[in-house]
Amino acid sequence: MMMNSLMHPGFLLILAGLLLPLFKGAARTAIILIMPLVALGFIWTLSFGNHLSFEYLGHELGLLKVDAVSRLFITVFALTVFTGSLYCCKQANSTELAAAFCYAGGAMSVVLAADLITLFIFWEIMAIASTLLIWSSRTTSSQKAGMRYVIIHLLGGVILMAGIAAHVYETGSITFEQFQMDSYASIFILCGFLLNAGAPPLTAWLADAYPESSFSGMVFLSAFTTKTAVYVLLRGFPGTEILIFIGIYMIFYGIIYALLENDMRRILAYSIINQVGFMITGIGIGTDMALNGAAAHAFTHIVYKALLLMSAGSVLFMTGKRKCTDLGGLIHTMPVTAICGIIGALAISSFPLTSGFVSKSMITQSSVDEHILWVWLCLQAASAGVFLHAGIKFPWFVFFQKDSGLRPDDPPWNMQAGMILFAFVCIFLGVFPNVLYTMLPYTINYVPYTAAHTVTQLQLLLFSGLAFFIMLPLMKRTLTISLDFDWFYRVAGIRLFDVLMKMIVALSGLSHVFCEKICSLASRAGQLSLNSSVALYMTLVLLIFTSCLIYLLF
Amino acid sequence: MSNENWFYKKSSIKKLWIGTYVVLALTVIAEIFIKLQPHFKIEALFGFHAWYGFLTCVAMVLFAKVLGFLIKRQDDYYDDE
Repeated sequence: MMMNSLMHPGFLLILAGLLLPLFKGAARTAIILIMPLVALGFIWTLSFGNHLSFEYLGHELGLLKVDAVSRLFITVFALTVFTGSLYCCKQANSTELAAAFCYAGGAMSVVLAADLITLFIFWEIMAIASTLLIWSSRTTSSQKAGMRYVIIHLLGGVILMAGIAAHVYETGSITFEQFQMDSYASIFILCGFLLNAGAPPLTAWLADAYPESSFSGMVFLSAFTTKTAVYVLLRGFPGTEILIFIGIYMIFYGIIYALLENDMRRILAYSIINQVGFMITGIGIGTDMALNGAAAHAFTHIVYKALLLMSAGSVLFMTGKRKCTDLGGLIHTMPVTAICGIIGALAISSFPLTSGFVSKSMITQSSVDEHILWVWLCLQAASAGVFLHAGIKFPWFVFFQKDSGLRPDDPPWNMQAGMILFAFVCIFLGVFPNVLYTMLPYTINYVPYTAAHTVTQLQLLLFSGLAFFIMLPLMKRTLTISLDFDWFYRVAGIRLFDVLMKMIVALSGLSHVFCEKICSLASRAGQLSLNSSVALYMTLVLLIFTSCLIYLLF
Repeated sequence: MSNENWFYKKSSIKKLWIGTYVVLALTVIAEIFIKLQPHFKIEALFGFHAWYGFLTCVAMVLFAKVLGFLIKRQDDYYDDE
C-alpha cells in the first residue's frame, strides 16, 4: 500500500508542487523537469487494475485505477507538464509552477479515481489550483477574471456534489462507472462534468479567464480542466445522445466567437471550446470508433494546443502584446516561434501528416459508420471552419498580415526547446499514427491515409483557406470584444442588485440607517476590486431573501 | 532585408495567388484519378469537399459578421467594473 501510494503520478506531482516554493535555481529546474518524467514512468510500469484502495466511512475508495484510457490521459498530461515546465523553467515564478503542479496532479488523480468521492475531492483541488495559477500572473485583470472563474467552478462543484450525493443515496454505490440517464442524480453529475468542459450556457468562463493568466500559465490551463471533463464524460456518459447536440453547438460557438475576436490568446481559448466540442460529439455518438476518436483527439489536441499557446506565449513574452491589431509581420524576427506556431495551426486544422488528421477523422468516420448525415455535414463544415478561425487566422494576423513595426527576437532557448519538442510530436504522430492507435482503449481497424481521405481533406481545407483570403476585408480586426453569457453576471447582475436593494427597502420598511450600512458594505467590497463577483454573490443571496420575503408577505 | 520585402511586393503577391489557384485546381482534378468512396449521396457530387468547404466558410464568416453587429462592444466595455 505504501509503495503503491508512492507510485501515484498525481500524488507525486501535488507533492512536488507543494514543496516547490522551497527550492530555487537549478534545484527547482531539476524538480520540475524530472518529476513529470517520473510520473510518466510510473504509469507505464503499473499494470491495469486497482492498485490503491482503502475503506472510508463504509465505502471503498479507489485512488489508483489504471486502464487504457486513464494511461492515455496520464501520458499526455505528464508530457504536457514536462514540456510546459521546460518552456518556462527559467521565466515563471515559483507560485505559478507550484500551482501548475498541484493542478496537473489533481487532474491526474481525477483520471485515476475509481470512485466518485475521490473524483470529487481532486475535482475541487483542480478548481482551486487552477484559480491560483490564474492569479499568479499578478495583474488586476487576472485577479478579477480568476474570481469570476472560481465562482463558476465552485458552482459546478456544488452541482456535481449534489448529483453524487443523490446517486450514492439512490444506488448505494460510489463506484465511478457508466451512469444511466434515468435519474436526476445522473443529470446533475452530467451538468457538473459539462460545466468544466466549457459546455453551454456557462461557456464564457474559459475565454474570460485563461487569457488573463501569464504567458506560460495558459499552456497548463489549456490542458487539464476541459480534458479531465472529456475523460469523465467518456467514462460516465458514452453514447448519451444529447452530447451530440451540445458538442456541435460548442464546435460552432468556438468558430464564430474566434472569428469575431481580436485578442490572439482569446482566439485560441475559443478554439479550445471548438475542439472539445469535437470530442463531446464523439462521446455522444458513443461507438468504439467514436470513443477512440474522442480519446485520441484529446491526446493530440492537448499537444497542439499547448504548442499554439507556447507560440502565442512567446509573442506575448517578447512583445507584451496580445491584440491582432497590434501584431503582424513577426515571422522575420521570430522564425522559430512562427514555424512552431504554424505547425500547431496545421495540426489543429487536421492537415495530412499532422496529429490532428489521424485523430479527428476517427470521430468523423464514426458519424459515417452510424449514417448520421447531419452530424457528418456539421463536422465537415466545422473542420473547414477550424482552419478558418485558428489554422489561418492565428498565424496570419500574428506573423504575417502587415508590418507592425515590432522587431522582437525569438524567445530564450528553453522556450524554443519546448515549442520544438511539441512541434515534433505533432508531426511524429501524424506520420506514425499507430504509436497513438496502440494506446487507445478499443481495438479497431482504422486507416487514416487513404488516397480518397487525403484528397478530400485537402480540398476541404484549402478551399476554406481560399474563403479566408477572399473574405479578408470582412475580417478586418477591430478593437472590440464580444458579449457572451458572462454579461448576465458582470452587468445584469449588478443592475439587478440595485433593483433588489430598492425593493427590499420598500417591502420591508427597513430603516434608512440599515440601508446605508449595507450600501457602505457593498462599496467596501467594491474596493476589493472584486466588484462584479461580489455583486453576483450578493444578488443571489438577495434574490433568495426577496423571494422569501415576498412569500411571507403575500 | 530583401527577403522581407519579397512577401509584400505586388508582383510576388500575384505569384502567390497564381500558385494557390494551381494547387486548388490540382486537389480537385486529383479526384478524377483516385477512387473516392462516397458514403452519403451528396458526397458523390463532383468536387463536393471543395465547394462545401468554401461555401460553409463563407457562410460562417458572414454569420459572424452579422452576429458581430449585435454582440460586439468596445474592448474597454467591462473596464469600469
